[in-house]
Amino acid sequence: MAGQSAVLKQGKSTRKTHKPFKTHFWQFVRYLSLIFISFCTLLPLVTAFFGAFKTKTEFATSNPLALPKSFLNFDNFIEAFEKGKMLLGFGNTIIILFFSLIATILTGTMTAYILNRFRFPGRNLINTLFLVASLIPSITMQMSVFQIINKLGLFNTRLSTIILYAGTDIISIYIFIQFLENISTSLDESAIMDGASYFTIYRKIILPLLKPAIVTVIIIKGVGYYNDFYTPYLYMPKTELKTISTALFAFKGPYGSQWEIICAGTIITMIPTLIIFLLLQRQIYEGMTAGSVKE
Amino acid sequence: MEKTSNSFLDFFKKRKVQKSIIIVLFLTVPLVLLVLFTYVPLGDMVKYSFEKWNGTSKNHEFVGWDNYKTIFERPEYLRVLKNSIYYFVGSIVQIIAALYFATILNYKIKGANIFKGIIFFPTLLNGVAVGLMFNYFYRGGGTLDTLLTALGCDPETLPLWLGDAAIVNYSLVLVSLWRYMGQNMVMFNGAIQSVSSELIEAASLDGASKWQQFRYIILPNIKTIVSLNIILAVKGAISVFEIPYIMTDGQNGSSTFVMKTLDTAFVSRKYGLASALGVVLLIFIMVVTFVQKYFIEGREVDDYGRTKRGAKAR
Repeated sequence: MAGQSAVLKQGKSTRKTHKPFKTHFWQFVRYLSLIFISFCTLLPLVTAFFGAFKTKTEFATSNPLALPKSFLNFDNFIEAFEKGKMLLGFGNTIIILFFSLIATILTGTMTAYILNRFRFPGRNLINTLFLVASLIPSITMQMSVFQIINKLGLFNTRLSTIILYAGTDIISIYIFIQFLENISTSLDESAIMDGASYFTIYRKIILPLLKPAIVTVIIIKGVGYYNDFYTPYLYMPKTELKTISTALFAFKGPYGSQWEIICAGTIITMIPTLIIFLLLQRQIYEGMTAGSVKE
Repeated sequence: MEKTSNSFLDFFKKRKVQKSIIIVLFLTVPLVLLVLFTYVPLGDMVKYSFEKWNGTSKNHEFVGWDNYKTIFERPEYLRVLKNSIYYFVGSIVQIIAALYFATILNYKIKGANIFKGIIFFPTLLNGVAVGLMFNYFYRGGGTLDTLLTALGCDPETLPLWLGDAAIVNYSLVLVSLWRYMGQNMVMFNGAIQSVSSELIEAASLDGASKWQQFRYIILPNIKTIVSLNIILAVKGAISVFEIPYIMTDGQNGSSTFVMKTLDTAFVSRKYGLASALGVVLLIFIMVVTFVQKYFIEGREVDDYGRTKRGAKAR
């Protein structure tokens, strides 16, 4: 953002019209609005970041916009990690992420393979069942879902969250079906001629071809599961089963007034997201756009 | 798998049998999960909504339409729905802002990708982290107060951003705007990029102003995705839950319909009433979805396939 004037000069030299003043003015407005919105976006993040490095006394005496004395004071992070149970939270979140993603991908690709490649009685009915289910927001039914989880004896187990993530996910099925629609069946057909079983076709042809769609699903669902708060909050209230979201939420109580610890906790939670975003920007833009339209 | 004993192999070579086996094998688990976690709860919820029940006892008392009558007679339940209006208006502002930024990012902008990345990043963030971060941002003497004081506001006159019932909903809507504007922007930006730049250039040469270019070339071409986002905004506004729950727990008049529903079930333990609230919410959302399916997506096929699939499935 320091390069604002340099940026504007660049804009001047590349845009040439017979109305230079007007053009420059609008280009200036564009940069100004982008810088303004970026400032608004970054302000809460940056001040929380500053806060996370301040000591308790420093926090009480300095204003939130002031830089911390040292960016090497990791005490708050250590406290958040150890006493705030964030290490435990990461552990549980990783376990849940891993199994939910595998379950989502397996059930999603299997369903998509059958619904896209086979014609059989009842296919339309099953299609409709999935379509209608995709329109029902699951948050409205938590009271009856809770009863079922309870009856299955899954309350306060990681399996409750895993099974709910995989079992209520329909977006992935649609992403896989959409992808399969654009893959010609000629490969499957020649494999059938060679005597391959349908399972072999799924395993050796369909799954490898679906790789890009699987990546999209991993991104959308991975971000969604990592961020989800209500499912673990409702179904796994036990302390040992805290996920990253519920561990952080618990900061509201004991650390209610220790904002420097809360800041450290929020920053810790955001770091994995930032890393993934920087590494996979393009896939994330595509994935999030595709996923949100289908919600 | 294929190279087993011969008679067995021949039997399996009858592909019809094999086909049936794979269909049953592959669909059983997904269908069981679908029925168990979507259709059974749906049926249960409708059943509970006609009962008086605390969620644990064996005693289900059938009360007919009483729960529904309670919802429409007692103002406390429908009043929270009013809060959705704040979020809906906020979403419209959000869509307009997203359209603006998506459009200007399409011009020659140095560092366009960095701006896009910054604006989009909040969409990916954990809701609890966002909520706590904004609690810090809004608290008395916090970031916002400090900034406004530095800009010349009298600290004595600054309101309690989350403690004042007249302001709290605006503060919360702003968080939602902060969080989701980038997502709309990226979607719109993608759609705008697919509009032919030659068309825009030609219009520009013909003397069309920037506004005219937007109004008559860009907007008509991205109409579908904008309408879709407005519908999603309505749905989102009805089902707001996470941010107010985390930040204020519904205090000072910031409760929402979903929060009220979940509270009625899990705090007040009025399962029947909560289920009736759930059914009402579901009906609202289904009506909006119907509008979306048949009036917006039904008209045109968008790039994202739902309509294409929907049409095929029918």
